[in-house]
Amino acid sequence: MNLHEYQGRALFKAAGVPMPDGDVASTPSEAESIARRLGGTVVVKAQVHVGGRGKAGGVKLAKSPAEAAEAAERILGMSIKGLVVQKVLVVPAADIANEAYVGLIMDRDSQRPVFMVSPAGGIDIEEVAEKTPDKIRRLAVDPRYGLLPHQALGLALFLYPDIARARAAARIMEQLYTVFTTNGCSLAEINPLVTTPDGKVMALDAKVIIDDNELDRRPDLALLRDDTAEEPSEVAARRANLTFIKLSGNVGCVVNGAGLAMATMDLVKYYGGEPANFLDIGGSSNPEKVVNALRIITSDPAVKAILFNIFGGITRTDDVANGIVTATRQFKVEVPIVIRLTGTNEAEAFRILKDVGMTALSDMDEAVRQVVALVGAAA
Amino acid sequence: MSIFIDKETRLVVQGITGRDGSFHSKQMIEYGTNVVAGVTPGKGGQTFEGTVPIFNTVAEAVSKTGANTAVIYVPPAGAAGAIYEAADAGVRLVVCITEGVPVMDMTKVMPYVRERGVRLIGPNCPGLISPGASKVGIIPGNICAPGRVGIVSRSGTLTYEIVNHLTKNGIGQSSCVGIGGDPIIGTNFIDVLGAFNDDPGTEVIVMMGEIGGTDEQNAAAFVKSKVRKPVVGFIAGQTAPKGRRMGHAGAIISGSSGTAGEKIAAFAAAGIGVMKRPIDVVELVRARLKQ
Repeated sequence: MNLHEYQGRALFKAAGVPMPDGDVASTPSEAESIARRLGGTVVVKAQVHVGGRGKAGGVKLAKSPAEAAEAAERILGMSIKGLVVQKVLVVPAADIANEAYVGLIMDRDSQRPVFMVSPAGGIDIEEVAEKTPDKIRRLAVDPRYGLLPHQALGLALFLYPDIARARAAARIMEQLYTVFTTNGCSLAEINPLVTTPDGKVMALDAKVIIDDNELDRRPDLALLRDDTAEEPSEVAARRANLTFIKLSGNVGCVVNGAGLAMATMDLVKYYGGEPANFLDIGGSSNPEKVVNALRIITSDPAVKAILFNIFGGITRTDDVANGIVTATRQFKVEVPIVIRLTGTNEAEAFRILKDVGMTALSDMDEAVRQVVALVGAAA
Repeated sequence: MSIFIDKETRLVVQGITGRDGSFHSKQMIEYGTNVVAGVTPGKGGQTFEGTVPIFNTVAEAVSKTGANTAVIYVPPAGAAGAIYEAADAGVRLVVCITEGVPVMDMTKVMPYVRERGVRLIGPNCPGLISPGASKVGIIPGNICAPGRVGIVSRSGTLTYEIVNHLTKNGIGQSSCVGIGGDPIIGTNFIDVLGAFNDDPGTEVIVMMGEIGGTDEQNAAAFVKSKVRKPVVGFIAGQTAPKGRRMGHAGAIISGSSGTAGEKIAAFAAAGIGVMKRPIDVVELVRARLKQ
C-alpha cells in the first residue's frame, strides 16, 4: 500500500527524522492559513500516488499566503496521470546546499532490508544505478541485530565527508530503519535528503510503501489507505475480497489463482486479443465472489466479452457455475460469456450451466480462441 | 523416485482442526500421505478423524510419533511462530501453505531455519507432491501421475494446468514443488533444480516462473552451469503492467526489472525450452524424454 507524502512524513516525524514543518490542506483557505503560520516562501505539493508531480504542474512555489491559496486552488482537483488531487502538502521552501538519496527496500535476493544511498539525490535513483553505479552504496541489514552504528556512519560518510553532517545523516538512517521495521515497510525513501547552508541535515520528502500483509495486524496503518487515490473498480474489488487490476483491453477475465490469471491474460494476447483486467477470485469457492466479479467486470464499458478460466482444485467448479447463474439472474450481462471449467465437480458444473442454456468448455486454449473471436466479431 | 517427500515422510499438520487444515488433512490421508500427528494448542489428547493423535505442541508430536515433516495451515499472524516451532522441534522439512505472512516476519524466520538445517518451502505455496508416494499441501492428487518429470513453480493453479496437460498425455511426474508467490520464500528455484538434478528418478525438469524479482534469471544461470538434465520453462505475466502487484505479493515489476521479457530471454540463453502457451509443455517435454 502506497502512502501519501504527508502520511509518510507523519511516520518519519514519529521516529524523530528531522523534516521541515508543514501541514496538509484540502482547500485553498486551509493552504493559505498553513502558509501564514509557516511564514516566508512555501511549496504547495499535490498528494497523489504517481511520480512526476512536478512536471505535471502539481508542485508550485508560493511567496505569500495569498499565492499559496492560489496555487492550492489550481492544484486541488487537477488530474495527474488520471488521479484527481484531493489534498496538498504545504511546506516551507528549504534553502538547499546539497541533495542526497537515502532509501531502504525489502530485498528479495538477500532476504533482508537493504539500504541504498547516493550523494546524487533529488533524481530518479534507478537512473543513477544504471548510469553511474559507483555513486550508489548498498548495505544489507541483518534484521536480528538491526542497523549497527558503524554501518550507519559508514553509509553516511559516503554522502558527507564532513563528520558533523555524517553523524546527523547516520542518525537519520537509524531513524529510517526504525520507520521501516516498526511499520512493516517494503520501501521507505528520503529523496532528497538535504543539507542546508547552516549545516543542518533533513528529509525533504517521504516515500513509504507498506507491505499489504501487515495491514491485518496493523489497523492503524490500514486506516491510511486512500480509496480516492485508486481506480474505483479496484476499490470495489478489494472490498469484495477479489484481486483485480484494470487494464486497457476488452476481454474481461475471471480466473482462480494469480499465476493462471496472468497466463490467461497472456494467452488472450497470444491469440490476438487484449485483456481488460487481471482478476483472481482466489482459492475458496464462494458463489458470491463470482457474482461480485461479474458485476465489477461488466461495469467497464470497454469489455466486449468475458472469459472464465477456472481450474478446480480447492475451488469447486460447481460453486463457480452457481455464481455465474446467480449473477445472470441478478443483473443483465450484455456481453457474451465464454466459460472454461475443469477439475473438482466439473460434471455437476456442466449440468448446472446446461440447465440454464449455457455451455462450458474444458480446454483453456479453445476457450481463449473463442472469446477472442467473439471480440473480433463485435469490433 | 522423488525429491523432498516420499513413502518415508511422516507428517505433522499444524492447525489440523482449522477449516483449511482439516479439509486438506483428509485429502492428504486419502491420497496415502502418512499423516502421523496434528497440532492444535488446547486440543492435545483428542484425535482427528478418530485416527490421528492431536498434540498441544510440535515438539510433543515429534517425540511421540517420529514426525519428520511439518505442514502449516495456520492464519498469517501465527504463521511465523508456527515455522519457528517446527524448526525447533527437529523436523527436517517445513511446508508453509499460509498466504499473507508479513514479509518482515520472513526476514527473521529465514536465518532461524537455516541455522537449524531445516528446509522451509513457502510461505504462500500449494506445497508439494510425489505422485503415488506422498502429498504435503493442497495440490490435487487426481491430476498427477507417477513418472520422470520434475516440476517446480511459483504458482498454484497454473501448475495444475501444466501438470494436467502432462498427465492427460501419459507423461508422469517424479515430484511437483510449489515454491510460493511471496517475495521472501524458504526454497527457491535453484534449490529445487539442484535436488531434481541429483534425483535419479527425474529426467526432465519443468519450471514455471512469473514476473517480479530475479529468481528466474538466477535459476537460468544455474541451469546453464550446473544442471545436466533438459529443462523446459514458462513465464507468466507478459501482459502485466509495471508497478502493480499481480495477486502474488512477489509478482510485481519494480521499475524496469523483473519483466517477463527479461526472464524469457534468460531462459532462452540458458538453453531452456520456452513454452509460449501452457499446452506447449507436452511437445517440449516429450521431445526431451528418453524413450
